Amino acid sequence: MADAALPHDHHDAHGHDDHGHGHLVENNFLGLPNLKLAMWAFLGSECMFFGSLIAVYFFYHGLSIDGPLPADVFSVTVTSISTFVLLASSFTMAMAVDNMKTGKVQAAKLFLLSTAFLGLIFVGFQVYEFQHFWLDKGLALQTSLFASSFYVMTGTHGTHVTVGIIWLLMVWSFIHRGKIKAGNYLPVEVAGLYWHFVDIVWIIIFTFVYLLEF
Amino acid sequence: MASIADLPQSEAPIQHMVRPAKVGITSWLTTVDHKKIAIMYGVAATFYFLLGGLEALIFRAQLSVSNAGLISGETYNALVTMHATTMVFMAVMPMAASLSNLLIPLMIGARDVAFPRLNAFSLWMFIAGSLVLNASFLFGAPSAGWFGYAPLTGNDYSGIGVDFWALGLVLLATSSMSAGVNFVVTVFNLRAPGMTLMRVPVMVWMLTVIQFLLAFSFPPVAVGLILLIFDRFFGTTFYLVSMGGDPQLWQHLFWLFGHPEVYVLILPSMGVVSEVLPVFSRKPLFGQTFVIFSGIFIGFVGFGVWAHHMFTGGMGPLADSAFSIATMIIAIPTGVKIFNWLGTIWGGKIRFTVAMMFATSFIPLFTIGGLSGVMLASPPLDLQVHDSYFVVAHFHYVLVGGAIIGLFSGMYYWYPKFTGRLMSERLGKIHFWLFVIGLNLTFFPQHFLGNWGMPRRIYTYPPDAGWDAVNMLCTIGALIMAAGTGVLIYNMVISAVRGEKAGRDPWDASTLEWLTASPPAPHNFDFTPVVLSERPLWDHKHTPGMQIEEPTQPEVIHMPAPSWKPLWVSLAVVGFVLGLLLTRFNFYGDANPDVWVGYGIMIFSGLMIPVTIYRWIDEPC
Ligand SMILES: [Cu+2]
Repeated sequence: MADAALPHDHHDAHGHDDHGHGHLVENNFLGLPNLKLAMWAFLGSECMFFGSLIAVYFFYHGLSIDGPLPADVFSVTVTSISTFVLLASSFTMAMAVDNMKTGKVQAAKLFLLSTAFLGLIFVGFQVYEFQHFWLDKGLALQTSLFASSFYVMTGTHGTHVTVGIIWLLMVWSFIHRGKIKAGNYLPVEVAGLYWHFVDIVWIIIFTFVYLLEF
Repeated sequence: MASIADLPQSEAPIQHMVRPAKVGITSWLTTVDHKKIAIMYGVAATFYFLLGGLEALIFRAQLSVSNAGLISGETYNALVTMHATTMVFMAVMPMAASLSNLLIPLMIGARDVAFPRLNAFSLWMFIAGSLVLNASFLFGAPSAGWFGYAPLTGNDYSGIGVDFWALGLVLLATSSMSAGVNFVVTVFNLRAPGMTLMRVPVMVWMLTVIQFLLAFSFPPVAVGLILLIFDRFFGTTFYLVSMGGDPQLWQHLFWLFGHPEVYVLILPSMGVVSEVLPVFSRKPLFGQTFVIFSGIFIGFVGFGVWAHHMFTGGMGPLADSAFSIATMIIAIPTGVKIFNWLGTIWGGKIRFTVAMMFATSFIPLFTIGGLSGVMLASPPLDLQVHDSYFVVAHFHYVLVGGAIIGLFSGMYYWYPKFTGRLMSERLGKIHFWLFVIGLNLTFFPQHFLGNWGMPRRIYTYPPDAGWDAVNMLCTIGALIMAAGTGVLIYNMVISAVRGEKAGRDPWDASTLEWLTASPPAPHNFDFTPVVLSERPLWDHKHTPGMQIEEPTQPEVIHMPAPSWKPLWVSLAVVGFVLGLLLTRFNFYGDANPDVWVGYGIMIFSGLMIPVTIYRWIDEPC
């Protein structure tokens, strides 16, 4: 995962490597280069991770014996806006990959920055939401099973978005410094896979945790 | 028929990028070579195997007579907890990691793993996690059992040892998950030309299944541990019964990992046996495809049986039945494999080397553990013997009679590939007999102890229980096993210096790792072998027209450079964990200022993580 932004040439099965970039013979199983296959395996692992977190939330759903309940604190309007922002960021991410593929490096860079910026707005919404629930609604981390499982689940997701922002900025920086050149869109594409995954997880959380309360 | 000497050897100088070779300690700290990483995993695993064994000997001494006062109940609990945690996570798993590192690239004809620096990162995460776990001995070791059931691990019942335990396990989980992803990509993408999936050696297949298991079964327990850490450090209520928390939540999260983990421990040994038996019977593995698919099937179904550890938890008859049936189904592919192994030996020209002796004894010993496992899969029986020594006997036959015996076989078999020298067969036979006799003496009587009603997790028992004689027998058995292990260690050390030179292919084997030198050059193979069958080296030596041809054009080989970056990232992660641990200490008494020191270290290390990762990616390799 951390070898992410390295330029990677694809070799044929005999490993002729005239450019000195990649080192190891690749078979490209299912046509997937190393980095992409690693990303898919990692995302499979992440599915189990978020699956467990969301399962914990529902395992404890309705079992809190104290404190405000989901319907008392959630605001569908506010969270809908932040969800829309995150959805929009998936669009700009896709545009970044697309522009990188067609060699429009400047546009790709701009879209990468916009994606990171939209992600930042989403995280800002979450910070607002947490302090609002905590200070105004009296839902502290320690208040109840709902509070604990809600904050840890959504907080973990927010952490993933933050990691994604840092990741995108790193990719931007490598393109900016010419370390990722036009035509080498794999690092951008792989960062995009992660970003879309985190987005999808949020759609699931928003649908099942927020919307179904009402 | 070609002999070993006729194996293709490149006379022309190999064209590969020459890098200044680092020497001494630096060469180990910066290495990205899968073989060096394998050696470090192996040495660490051996060390922790001895440590875990020592812990067991202490509590076995306490149990040898009734009303013994050698250690307190608290110490007993701590030793049992650390014995199991050590053996599972720091002895058997890293030994499997060592074999994965050495063998996966060599057996598939690759030059290294897909992400060599990530591989080094996995190693450092393992070292860090194991050190954090064992550092708990300085401040009061965890004593809540290796399964860490809630609410026993909560602040009300457990001290700081559990903090070390939980955070150490998170580091080990990071290590295993990153290694899992790395090896999965390696196996699928880095196979030599001609090595189709069905030509991949069974050993590599089994190791691949466990990499999937690691990547997909660690996340649930990682979540469980994160919740535990939040409970203990930040006052959340996940496992607090007073706030409505359900202790079964932890059990589900833990065993959803814990049962696949059993296969992580046993599948490498099944792989070893599937390589060793054919070589020393001079026959191909009987029904190789069956063995491969049985292993994959075991891996899949292994995710659906976790609640057989919770029959006494009151899940209800429907859930109990479902998990019971799923568990019994796993006996089918396991049984298939046992018959495959027997069919392999049948009619073969058997050579009883030490590796072969361990491999053949694996079959009956593992079968005993497997059969008591099928018995325990039945809820009515499980309710009777739950938490008794019958269960202890069962899983020790699986894990010692199965996993450890299989790994011993692998050690004798592949030691020459690590070191270039053979282990002493004479010492090996002494080790074999001592260990196998000791193991049966220790664990077989425990079936009876369990049926007589002796519970697990008690630090002593009254004289009138009538368990004295048999417990003494178990302790004597443990001492014999320890003696056998001593012979093994002596053999490993002495053979590294004085052992007979092995050459490339000391066993007349059939897989690619024996095509290259022992120990292999950093780039493994002078040329990439083209694979024509599932036994490429055997056919190369013994089947006309199936030689592995050396290409006329020498290959340009480019190996990844050594790097400090994996160690840097690891140090940043460890700094974060140590900062968090520091918030639990109160060196100055009243004002508890250490919390802020701890948070300061956490923030600094947390910022260093992306910085070091950036430098890592930036580094040419
Ligand atoms: Cu199990």
